[in-house]
Amino acid sequence: MNEITESRKPPVATTGILGWLRMNLFSNWINSLISLFVLYVLIQFIPWILNWTIFAADFKYNFNGEEIINRELCSRVLDPENGGACWAIIYVRFYQFMYGFYPRDEVWRVNLSYIMLAIAVVPLLFDKFPFRKHFLKFTYVFPVIAFFLLNGGLGLESVSTNKWGGLLVTLVLGCTGIALAFPLGIVLALGRRSNLPVISMMCTLFIEFIRGVPLITLLFFGMVMLPLFLPEGVNMDGLARVLVAVTLFQSAYMAEVIRGGLQAIPQGQYEAARSIGLSYWQMNMKVVLPQAIRISIPSIVNTSIGLFKDTTLVIIVGLLDLLGIGRGALADTTWLGLAYEVYFFVSLVFFIFTFAMSRYSLYLEKKLKTGINMGAD
Amino acid sequence: MRSKLNFFSDEKFRSIFFQTLVIGLFALGIFFIVQTTAYNLEKRNIATGWRFLTDPAGFDISFSPFIDFKSTDTHLDVYFVGVLNTLLVSVCGCIAATILGFLVGIIRLSSNWLLVRVAYIYVEFTRNVPLLLQIILWYSILIQLPRVKQSLEFLDIFFISNRGVYSPRPVFETGFSYVFIAIILALISSFLIRRWAKKRQDETGQQFPVLSSAFGLIIIAPLILFFIIGSPLSFDYPALKGFNFKGGMVIRPEFIAMFLALTIYTAAFISETVRSGILSVTKGQREASASLGLKKSWIMRLIIIPQALRVIVPPLTSQYLNLTKNSSLGIAVGYADLVHGFGGISLNQTGQAIECMVIVMATYLTISLIISLFMNIYNRSIQFKEK
Repeated sequence: MNEITESRKPPVATTGILGWLRMNLFSNWINSLISLFVLYVLIQFIPWILNWTIFAADFKYNFNGEEIINRELCSRVLDPENGGACWAIIYVRFYQFMYGFYPRDEVWRVNLSYIMLAIAVVPLLFDKFPFRKHFLKFTYVFPVIAFFLLNGGLGLESVSTNKWGGLLVTLVLGCTGIALAFPLGIVLALGRRSNLPVISMMCTLFIEFIRGVPLITLLFFGMVMLPLFLPEGVNMDGLARVLVAVTLFQSAYMAEVIRGGLQAIPQGQYEAARSIGLSYWQMNMKVVLPQAIRISIPSIVNTSIGLFKDTTLVIIVGLLDLLGIGRGALADTTWLGLAYEVYFFVSLVFFIFTFAMSRYSLYLEKKLKTGINMGAD
Repeated sequence: MRSKLNFFSDEKFRSIFFQTLVIGLFALGIFFIVQTTAYNLEKRNIATGWRFLTDPAGFDISFSPFIDFKSTDTHLDVYFVGVLNTLLVSVCGCIAATILGFLVGIIRLSSNWLLVRVAYIYVEFTRNVPLLLQIILWYSILIQLPRVKQSLEFLDIFFISNRGVYSPRPVFETGFSYVFIAIILALISSFLIRRWAKKRQDETGQQFPVLSSAFGLIIIAPLILFFIIGSPLSFDYPALKGFNFKGGMVIRPEFIAMFLALTIYTAAFISETVRSGILSVTKGQREASASLGLKKSWIMRLIIIPQALRVIVPPLTSQYLNLTKNSSLGIAVGYADLVHGFGGISLNQTGQAIECMVIVMATYLTISLIISLFMNIYNRSIQFKEK
């Protein structure tokens, strides 16, 4: 009587791969239809794109084994049916994409700056980095070193900024814009929340004005109007003028993000700081800002991604960033008509940077969440 | 006993002192800038003033769907053409991006694994590549379409070539205005019917077929009127004459590239706000409505969406603002918007940099303010009203 019935296995269609497929792809007939359609499109598309970008593509030599030096030698020009992408244009122009027209003898300076940038930034991003304190000292002096290294001076031959280009300009604009806009944004955010009506109104007006107009008009402002504002004898080169515009633009967005962080700090923190006798600046520097900035870092990274993408706008005012060099390569008659290769490459470079930044912001958000929860428990 | 130094530790005095200092410095800075600018302008022989606005522009604008622009028209006309073009691409982009963004946002929450992945890849790729690059890429695809002579034909009335899309142009004849008035009246009355039906349902529980009555009023009734009057509408068909099409209506590749890029780029951002908005509605709401026996589509329409909208609308507003500001990138492909037409060509021809930039910036500020005003009103209307 007390015979135990053996437990039966669940139906085959609900476990394992089959169960997963049924749950996620074929749960009802509409889903099945959609899944089959998407699968069909992907089966058509993925091999084609892989073939075009990798298997049928030329890198340095075409299918005859000749080294590609102009568009006529590209496989896709010789054989439009089977030829894939012609990456030779990137290969030939790689130097320009990375450094612009920086003199070849001096290019070690750019390379050194790239390496130092990595050393300066990575410890800043991860607070578990070994010897982080010492590295951060380097981060503070890095902008000065990089300025002299790239620009010349102190015994180094001077390289005019109109020779800079490609990734160099993109990174200089992005990094300098973010680095300068950060302190400016803090000041503006504090100013907007200030009790002094004049200061609060001026900061609010500035922030709302900048956020209300497109970046391109600010770049035009930097290019056409700024020279009119400056007294005689003061000359700013193109890069510096664009940097002014980019910094002003970014600082307004940064200010709003930091203001969000400031608003999230409970009133008790302000009152406690005041009650132990801290002055306004002491209160902000020692109590409020460290907390506010900590919680707004993910949003700061997100606006920085926006700025990094927006640096491409400088091609409209004539600077040659990564996209500008790409367009220059396309205008060259020896490489005419290879637009997709160039735009694919430039997109890829931007994607690598911005995707890494957005992943980092997600990682921070997750870390911040656990940190706050632990504090509350 | 108060010494003179203690003045400074008085908060009121300090506040007034610092504010006067800031105003003083600001005024001094403005004064300096105005002085140097006046000097610089004089040295470069640039006369200031707004007189250039009434000078003939002397250049042509290839895309001006609302105003018939000739090169003898003034710079002020250039400005209006630019504003209209900016608004045209912004409005079209906002509508299309909202539809696509909601679609992708909902897809990303669907149960179809494959579709979710594809939507995710779309969002990540378009968000992380600069918009300018996408605009230029779309444009370079569009201008590689076949030439006018070999243009792709659809039904013998649509022609797609590297000069744009040619389609028949509707010609409104006398009497069409009645149909137009009928449509407007139908819109107003269906709006009133909806209000009345809602009130009646609240009071008595009886339902009224609002959707079908609105359909009948807005579409069927004007259509009947249209045929009674005698079809006062004809089409002007494009025809190939010589090297180009004559007649019909053309949508230029610049516009299509701008529209596609702005829509696809902004929709990726909108889909993220839609997704987080829907996720913000707690699971209990869904379960509670399911236990009341509501249909799945009703749960979405009556329970989830109204609550999600409260979270979605504020970031949606800033996406609309972004799209409008991003439409200024039309200059990269030669779309004759405000920045390209007035802030670019007019500025270069007249040399009136300050005046042109001030006008352009003021216009964008006005557009931004109007958008946020309307969205704020809408936002207030959908917020939770406590009774």
